[in-house]
Amino acid sequence: MRTPQPFYKKPLSPGMGLGVYVGLYLFFLYLPVCLIPLFSFNDSIQAAFPLKGFTLGWYRALLHNDGVRRALLTSLEVGGTSAFLATLCGLTLAYARVFLRSGLSTILSGLCQLPLLIPGVIVGIAMLIVVNVIGVGPSRIALVCGHMLVGLPTAFMILYGRLAGLSRSIPEAAEDLGAREWTTFSRIILPLALPALGSAFMLAFLTSFDEFIIAFFLTGSEPTLPVYIWGQLRFPRSLPLVMALGSLILAVSIIIAAASELMRRRGKLTERQAVS
Amino acid sequence: MPFVPSSQKTGLNGLLFRVLMLVPGGVLGCGLIVFSLGLLAFLSLRHNDGSLLGNGFTFDNFATLLHDPLYARVAGRSLLIAGLVTATTVVTAYPVAYFLAFHAGRYRAILLFLVTLPFWTSYLLRVFAWKIVLAYNGVLNSFLTSTGLLASPSLAFLNTPAAVVVTLAHAYAPFAILPIFTALENMPRSLFEAAADLGARPFATFRRVVLPYSIKGVLAAATVVFIPTVGDYVTPALVGGPNSIMIGSLIQVQFGRANDWPFGAALSVAVMALIALVIGLLRQTDRQMEKTA
Repeated sequence: MRTPQPFYKKPLSPGMGLGVYVGLYLFFLYLPVCLIPLFSFNDSIQAAFPLKGFTLGWYRALLHNDGVRRALLTSLEVGGTSAFLATLCGLTLAYARVFLRSGLSTILSGLCQLPLLIPGVIVGIAMLIVVNVIGVGPSRIALVCGHMLVGLPTAFMILYGRLAGLSRSIPEAAEDLGAREWTTFSRIILPLALPALGSAFMLAFLTSFDEFIIAFFLTGSEPTLPVYIWGQLRFPRSLPLVMALGSLILAVSIIIAAASELMRRRGKLTERQAVS
Repeated sequence: MPFVPSSQKTGLNGLLFRVLMLVPGGVLGCGLIVFSLGLLAFLSLRHNDGSLLGNGFTFDNFATLLHDPLYARVAGRSLLIAGLVTATTVVTAYPVAYFLAFHAGRYRAILLFLVTLPFWTSYLLRVFAWKIVLAYNGVLNSFLTSTGLLASPSLAFLNTPAAVVVTLAHAYAPFAILPIFTALENMPRSLFEAAADLGARPFATFRRVVLPYSIKGVLAAATVVFIPTVGDYVTPALVGGPNSIMIGSLIQVQFGRANDWPFGAALSVAVMALIALVIGLLRQTDRQMEKTA
């Protein structure tokens, strides 16, 4: 834990110039992405300036599109399942790493970070081989497996950070009062880790919901939303539809990411209140 | 004092609990990772006969990789593009991380959230946005022609390796900030005073104190940007054109049109070896920097 430092009195270096740079950086970071919602309201097939006029037609068309609805359902199902599994794996691995501290748990927690060190295309084809060998083939199950693996490192890190930050005196006290390990886990650790669990689940869900590189290989007959979008990119006619859909996905992603951040922060706050 | 779990006293019940705790992560998570990578390595050593797991053992796949100059060229291009992207993202991200660590004050939390937010939005959409920007009738061209800077729209933006570098650098920009910020945030502020007391100018302080202190974060940032970019196949396909085929595109084709899975597996194993080499080199740099610091 970083101890609070007194605010530095003198300016360290020209902070104003840096501030302007950060502003420009953010501007360019968001500029291209903002074009998608902008053109989704534009009354033209082409994504070019000048804008032709305001319309909600593309969103209306989206509502009546069966392909989009099916893809959305697939994405939600795959995202929910894979996020649940990633959170479960992350929680147990983090618990083992922090409280059981055996050699095996150290190795496993290192292994579960491996998807971070492998490009997505390789994770995708490796899973494609696995699901073909075990006979499932590209399908929702395959997608769940692949997305669980990419969600796992984040889920583990969030939960490890939370559990490692817990005061050791809390489980010690439970033990002194005669609680078994399972009781300590379910009645003490789990409630304390609840905000982090929510945060890990939401970020794992987002990872899956927005993921394309791996899903491209593992999608069977039912595409997820990003794979559906990829298929539509070939047709210039469906470009505005893709942008309306993209805008909605961006909005949902931003809301979930913000909610996850708020939850993580509230978790920190409640602990501080509990300790003081 | 280390916390000793009660299971060391409770015997069977505790043992059962510990085993159960390791099952989901161990079997589902790590088991799947190890199994799939093992299968990949196995397949890379097989003949392609159209069947799922190939036929007979061979080193032919790796021999082709070494002898056909196409693969060396594509691998070189991938390393170059990923290297450029990594350098760009890290250099542009550093000042942002520096500002966040030392100057952001009460805006720090909101700024941190803003720079990490794109990380959680769809990568496909971020790449697609650049296609809109760079296309013949895209945003950049319509801006340049309407302001009179260009007489007619240019084809020179889309479908070039430069477009791949710009798009990837933009898509992975938020990855680089967090590791550098974490390293800088842990730096004791008193080091600034110490350097100033010893007569160091701001630039000398940065070069001799701040940069060495944050080098671990810089290398971590380089790793998290380099790994996904070196294997990328989406960006070359969307904005790169024929001269930007990267190693990830070749892997993807083996599992699609070319339908040579064992060779695709060999390519993947080679890419992982390449990445391990790059990470090893970065680690080496880190150790050397630490010695000189």
